[in-house]
Amino acid sequence: MAVASEPTRDGIAPAMSADVVIRMEGVQKWYDHFQVLKDIDLEVHRGERIVICGPSGSGKSTLIRCINQLERHQKGRITVNGVELGPHHRQLDMVRREVGMVFQSFNLFPHLTVLENCMLAPMKVRGTTRAEAKATAIRYLERVRIPEQADKYPGQLSGGQQQRVAIARSLCMNPKVMLFDEPTSALDPEMVKEVLDTMIGLAEDGMTMLCVTHEMGFAKSVAHRVIFMDRGEIVEQNTPEEFFTAPKSERTRSFLGQILAH
Amino acid sequence: MIRAFGYNEFLFLLSAVQWTLLLSVIAFIGGGIVGLFVALARTSDVKPLRLLATGYIQVFQGTPLLMQLFLVFFGATVLGIDMSPWVAAAVGLTLNTSAFLGEIWRGCIQSVPRGQWEAASSLGLRYPGLMRYVILPQAVKVAVPPTVGYLVQVIKGTSLAAIIGFVELTRAGQIVNNATFQPFLVFGIVAAIYFALCWPLSLLSQRLEARYAAPSR
Repeated sequence: MAVASEPTRDGIAPAMSADVVIRMEGVQKWYDHFQVLKDIDLEVHRGERIVICGPSGSGKSTLIRCINQLERHQKGRITVNGVELGPHHRQLDMVRREVGMVFQSFNLFPHLTVLENCMLAPMKVRGTTRAEAKATAIRYLERVRIPEQADKYPGQLSGGQQQRVAIARSLCMNPKVMLFDEPTSALDPEMVKEVLDTMIGLAEDGMTMLCVTHEMGFAKSVAHRVIFMDRGEIVEQNTPEEFFTAPKSERTRSFLGQILAH
Repeated sequence: MIRAFGYNEFLFLLSAVQWTLLLSVIAFIGGGIVGLFVALARTSDVKPLRLLATGYIQVFQGTPLLMQLFLVFFGATVLGIDMSPWVAAAVGLTLNTSAFLGEIWRGCIQSVPRGQWEAASSLGLRYPGLMRYVILPQAVKVAVPPTVGYLVQVIKGTSLAAIIGFVELTRAGQIVNNATFQPFLVFGIVAAIYFALCWPLSLLSQRLEARYAAPSR
């Protein structure tokens, strides 16, 4: 894959850059008495691609959902693109415009066509004209290689196609960061590749990406950094080479043993 | 002097139907507008709004419509407002309808999957846009059959306005009966007219339900 030979993948360029897009400091979150995030510190640099993995219930989805505040953290600071998330709507709006999110269950709007799905937010949030929104939508639908489906409704598409539309829909907002919450987990096996290929294409264009996924092949070929979470903590983070060949923690080793067993 | 029930009496009943229909339409439109806000408040993130809407719904669902009409009609008099039976009936029925439609629509709004709210918010849509472009269009589809079905209840509910003296179909029946003294015949015809109004709506509601229950396009 072209990505593998990209110069920045040795971890030097983006990791050393002072260009921090997301900074989490001492982030904590509870559901009632159960603590889902324990003192999370994380910096994401511009152009960096991070894969987050870990057992279910480890807090990995909650972590990325805190970044655009689909979940509210109770302690600590989260800064996105220089804007600190607080109780005010203004900051939240600013952050959500710049952060795209792709969900496990696609969440396309079923009452709108593929094209309308892609045009809604640019028109209603950014205030772009219909013509401009349409041109952008078509450009990104071509990018995810389904321009011919533009006038169909989501229910008429396969899961893989729907997820590619969901990616295009996010890209139409021209986000600085893309969050992926298990984007291939709800897909039939034969459709996983088309979605991963789309994500690899994004990575090649230098998009800053945080992906919660169990696709370890994707992690190996695309990620600058792999983060392993367990019980609400970041247990270990490293380059994919180190992470997969020489995991430091016992918990990481046992997790990798389980998911790479077959 | 007792008259026989004849063609003129029947015409009088039929002409009263327009008031029943007009009152129904006003209650339905007014109740729909207020009911939308009740439904939005009921599903709001703001707790005081939610509690207020819940209380409103419980008061109107937990007391008889007739008492509500009495309270509006006589309450206005106590407050020194001279309210005609017409206005009192329209206000009372509007409030009552808004509570029931509000509760029906709350369920429809909540039937839209959580992921739709999340996707819309993560795209940067704020509450008004999120509701208008994403949630409500989906909720409306679910809402149409029970809403048309509830219109039947509204039409039947207008008959209670007879008791505060508003001349609609039921009150017209009472007037005709007082003159002809043929209660079984008169009220039988009144009931048949109500049935003729309501039955097509029930059928429509069932058809709409079957259509929306069908697998998606």
